[in-house]
Amino acid sequence: MKKQSITKATNPGVRFLINYSVPIIFTILIAFAIPLSGLSGEYLVRELMTRLARNSFIILALLIPVMAGMGMNFSIVLGAMAGEIGLIFITDWQIVGMPGILLAMLISTPLAILLGYFGGMVLNRAKGKEMVTGFMLAFLMNGIYQLVVLYGMGNIIPISNSSILLPREYGIRNAISLLEVRQVLDRLVPLKIGGILIPVASFLVIATLCVFIIWFKKTKLGQEIRSVGQDNDVARVLGINVGKTRILSITISTVLACYGQIIFLQNIGTMNTYNSHEQVGVFAIAALLVGGASVSKATIPNVFIGVILFHTMFLVSPRAGKALIGQAQLGEYFRVFVSYGVIAFSLALYAWRKRVEKENERRKAMALKRVLLQSTNTAGGNKF
Amino acid sequence: MESKEKYLLKMEHISKDFYGNQVLKNVDLFVKPGEIIGLVGENGAGKSTLMNILFGDTTIHETGGFKGRVIFDGEEVNFSSPIDAINAGIGMVHQEFVLISGFTATENILLTKEPTRYNLLSEVFGDKLNVLDRKEMKKRAIEAIEMLEVELDPEMIVKEMPVGYKQFTEIAREVNKKSTKLLVLDEPTAVLTESEADIVMKVIKKLAAKGVSIIFISHRLQEILDSCDKIIVLRDGSIQKELIPSKTNPREIAENMVGRELVKDIWESKEIRKFEETILEVNKLWVNMPGEQVNGASFKVNKGEIFGIGGLTGQGKLGIANGIMGLYMAEGEVKFKGKSIHLNNPKYVLEQGMAFVSEDRHGLGLLLDQPIFWNIAFTAMQIKDNFTKSLLGGIIKWRDDKAMIEVAREYIEALEIKCVNEKQFSRELSGGNQQKLCMAKVFVLRPEIMFISEPTRGIDVGAKSLVLDTLRGYNSKYGTTIIMISSELEELRLTCDRIAIVNEGQIAGILPPTAKSVEFGLLMLGKKSETEEVFTDEGKD
Amino acid sequence: MKEKIKNIIENVGLPRVIIFFFLVLLFILAPVVGIRLDASINDVIVRFGMNGILVLSLVPMVKSGCGLNFGLQLGIIAGLLGAVTSIELEVTGFAGFFTAIGIAILVAVVLGFLYGTLLNKIKGDEMVVATYVGFSSVSFMCIMWLILPFKSPNMIWPFGGTGLRTTISNQGYWFHVLTDFLQIKIGNHIAFPTGTILFFALLVFLVWIFFRTKTGTAIVAVGSNPEYAKSCGVNVDKIRIISVMLSTIIAAIGIIVYQESFGFVQLYMAPLYMAFPAIAALLLGGASVGKASIINVIIGVFLFQGILTMTPSVINNIIKSDMSESIRIVVSNGMIVYALTRTIRVRS
Repeated sequence: MKKQSITKATNPGVRFLINYSVPIIFTILIAFAIPLSGLSGEYLVRELMTRLARNSFIILALLIPVMAGMGMNFSIVLGAMAGEIGLIFITDWQIVGMPGILLAMLISTPLAILLGYFGGMVLNRAKGKEMVTGFMLAFLMNGIYQLVVLYGMGNIIPISNSSILLPREYGIRNAISLLEVRQVLDRLVPLKIGGILIPVASFLVIATLCVFIIWFKKTKLGQEIRSVGQDNDVARVLGINVGKTRILSITISTVLACYGQIIFLQNIGTMNTYNSHEQVGVFAIAALLVGGASVSKATIPNVFIGVILFHTMFLVSPRAGKALIGQAQLGEYFRVFVSYGVIAFSLALYAWRKRVEKENERRKAMALKRVLLQSTNTAGGNKF
Repeated sequence: MESKEKYLLKMEHISKDFYGNQVLKNVDLFVKPGEIIGLVGENGAGKSTLMNILFGDTTIHETGGFKGRVIFDGEEVNFSSPIDAINAGIGMVHQEFVLISGFTATENILLTKEPTRYNLLSEVFGDKLNVLDRKEMKKRAIEAIEMLEVELDPEMIVKEMPVGYKQFTEIAREVNKKSTKLLVLDEPTAVLTESEADIVMKVIKKLAAKGVSIIFISHRLQEILDSCDKIIVLRDGSIQKELIPSKTNPREIAENMVGRELVKDIWESKEIRKFEETILEVNKLWVNMPGEQVNGASFKVNKGEIFGIGGLTGQGKLGIANGIMGLYMAEGEVKFKGKSIHLNNPKYVLEQGMAFVSEDRHGLGLLLDQPIFWNIAFTAMQIKDNFTKSLLGGIIKWRDDKAMIEVAREYIEALEIKCVNEKQFSRELSGGNQQKLCMAKVFVLRPEIMFISEPTRGIDVGAKSLVLDTLRGYNSKYGTTIIMISSELEELRLTCDRIAIVNEGQIAGILPPTAKSVEFGLLMLGKKSETEEVFTDEGKD
Repeated sequence: MKEKIKNIIENVGLPRVIIFFFLVLLFILAPVVGIRLDASINDVIVRFGMNGILVLSLVPMVKSGCGLNFGLQLGIIAGLLGAVTSIELEVTGFAGFFTAIGIAILVAVVLGFLYGTLLNKIKGDEMVVATYVGFSSVSFMCIMWLILPFKSPNMIWPFGGTGLRTTISNQGYWFHVLTDFLQIKIGNHIAFPTGTILFFALLVFLVWIFFRTKTGTAIVAVGSNPEYAKSCGVNVDKIRIISVMLSTIIAAIGIIVYQESFGFVQLYMAPLYMAFPAIAALLLGGASVGKASIINVIIGVFLFQGILTMTPSVINNIIKSDMSESIRIVVSNGMIVYALTRTIRVRS
């Protein structure tokens, strides 16, 4: 009963180290790996800039479900799929440039809302198991996506542009070129510093989302979401519709993920029809966790720090692996391991701490009562 | 505060029964504006039910509603949910705080009633997208806090507050709703320090002075006598007496609360037994059981006796057995037959020869999805290797279903457990039969000390006496020491040789069953039995 | 009558009913589209034997309240280590098979213990953490397969490469030792894998016996009501670890039996998602997050493998396109989502 637990540490320095153990370990790892890899600073900066511009939006989509107490929203994949369907259509209709991107966003929005609402309803029925369920839901919808895109399109869903269809004349090809809309957002506001293209428009869009999120937190709805996230029961007793609030937060997240995926794909320039969204959930969540977020708390800085640390590791691992053991393959496996490992570690740490803290609170309460009774020296509570 | 009626609240001829069990009979409760009413009563007297009816609690609606009228502020009301009651101006402060621990005091005080700044979006999306007006929020929070006249930092996070301040925050929230006309407080000072409790009582008086009516449920005599304008004593579902603090005293309150004198014959025939040996010695036991905390209880139990533990709900009587049996964290010294025993180890205690029939029948006492014979035999199998056959020199212990079934049949017959057969799932039995099943599980162990908590709760009258007779029979036949914990003073007095009363987590006193009812009542209300009277001439401030 | 049907559907669960009738439909359509029914059924039985033990391994953990074993990959890894070590040691035939199993069990005991200890620290959140622990361990092993000092020319990359190949054949070692054992051949299309089925039955029997011992009984109690078990003096943590170790061991054996029939040992990322089909099969057989029995395993594996076998052949012949993969994903993951969202317990 007298065991000291890590979370009881009162020294603020120690608390900091524990709370941010993941980003700290990561930073140390990268500090070693960068020189090993032999990659230049300029290269890294350039790459990171691109990745910040293209990945941040979808990671920002994860913040609101965390606020609502639903943990890491693995079902942002559903939003990504909606975005991809939008892109398939504008490619089919051959609408190019910014109008193409805007139209893709427009037509995929209702689909994203629908999927988000559905996802929210499913998660409401799995209280306490939201993350596993979200995760499995993403796999399930992937199967349905395949049925729609691989078999429905060109068949029941009319596709006129045969260049994106498979030779058998229905089903979308494995990879679609998005050349017509490639980097339209990135290059919308052209700015070059020292030979590096800076995707100003993309950053502006991301900044707008950040402002939106900050503003949203300050609204009454935001406060409701925060209340639900902190304590379902108290919120319910005070009249907040917990179920509806949760569905709303998932829906918002899904729509944002939809736009985020479109932004991501417009930067890359091609869409792997069936694979692009597969790892979206895992990588986005891993990046967020690496940035110092936890299941119950995720802030905007976590997103950006996470992208920088996580993607640096991504870039650096294969070369470092080759330098270390002579096999680049090692580095690639290493980064997959790290992605999954970060999530496993963060989730386990969070779950463990949750239990330990509950235990400690009860112990504290009893100890307090004991001190009180001993100091007032009464045997019976009230004085008579 | 002007009011058309003389009374703010009139609850007229309220009656309520739960499936035939009459819990409230023709209760009349009238509250004037600015009046403080103290509601006192034993367990099961009907206090909570009465308040639930006032609040429109859903369980009340689901079990057939209630008879009588509730008239609030001149209008007849029948709230369909607590939210409606809150919106009508009735506030409730609970013992388990309804606060969000990660928010500040301000945020909690204003929760769901935050003032907002208008913006264009609300035209389209409704007022939920208005930004919270934090400055105004702080202002209002400070207003509410000042009304209470306490030193509460509005920006402090609830998690980091001392318990008393959490209570103040909760009261401030009710006060902030300017519309609150009636405030119901359920044991508000239970978890507070003395100084914090004083502040809360002062706050209550200030609120009353400002015109807010208060209904205050408590068992702490001093508080009731000091603060209330009127004390209402409920007993067995009806109002026993209405008392004025300045004109009454603790004895009168206790007598009204508890005073049923048992039938004389039973008294005469009750044999006074004498016991020699101490079998259990408990010294300064602390048990961390949420809701039933034990704060340093000490007592001795004699071998072969039936020892009763009583007291009001939440005062800790349930915590004692749970603590000793290792189900909740416990500290202190417990000696069994002179030997000090390890706490927090259920297996050890069972092996030593103590067993427990828990009050939590469904949660702890039974495997609902397993058959009767499993339930009866399981503990004995795990602790004493009963009902197992050893193979390979003891490495494999094979479950002996046949033996389990045989024993189950014996107990089904002996205790008259009504079931289809021993293979029926325990979930399907009635409450009384489930209780007998729990007892059988313990009897099989042949313990030296048997703790049994709330033995007849939820059991119909006929089965009640069978359960108590069985206990008595077991005690006389095998000499098992029985420690019986119960909310019903009646059955304790009928069955036990000595009865301890628990108050505020400690033993307030131990009495023989033949002691006068009022003595029991006084112990429950926190007064030690043979000490000074309390004078109440001070009245209210 | 309508009431009765409604009751059955509610109890069994609509998805299971749909899938069952879908399978019946496939069997009816098979001869119509020119597929031999006897060959199909034989296929299903062979696949049943291959996959049954992996699904069986899930039962102890469900019974002890640890939920569905999304970390099945740990047991699989133990099995893989056993398999490659046995091949490295050049042991053939039944001896090779049992060597693989022996080593696998040793590894599984250690992994199972560590896994169980972890799960005890995070009671209530087991499934999501287990999923990622499973994924991380598979990716970690990818690194290991590259580094570990295996030398057998049958296993490592040719032309002076280092590290194990992705797919390693066990032909000439213990391929089909069970399947061919006492095999019953009828005509050209039926080869009943007696050995495999017998082995499966043996393991089922062992599991059944285990749950009739004192420890097994305690496991059921812990899963049914941990507070109850604790109050009866059972060491809940210890019991949970035992159940996790048991699950991991059975899974290790299960993957070896799978490989024995399949002919290949698949390393690297192959085991990544292997937990899902096994879990889906168990759920299909009537289990839930909190309840699983051997009957669930048998029914579930049969239905699931039935769908997997019949869908490609029948549907391809009808629609002339291979939807089977997508259908498999929908059925398998849909089953799991359904089970996760269905925690409406009726308390009397």
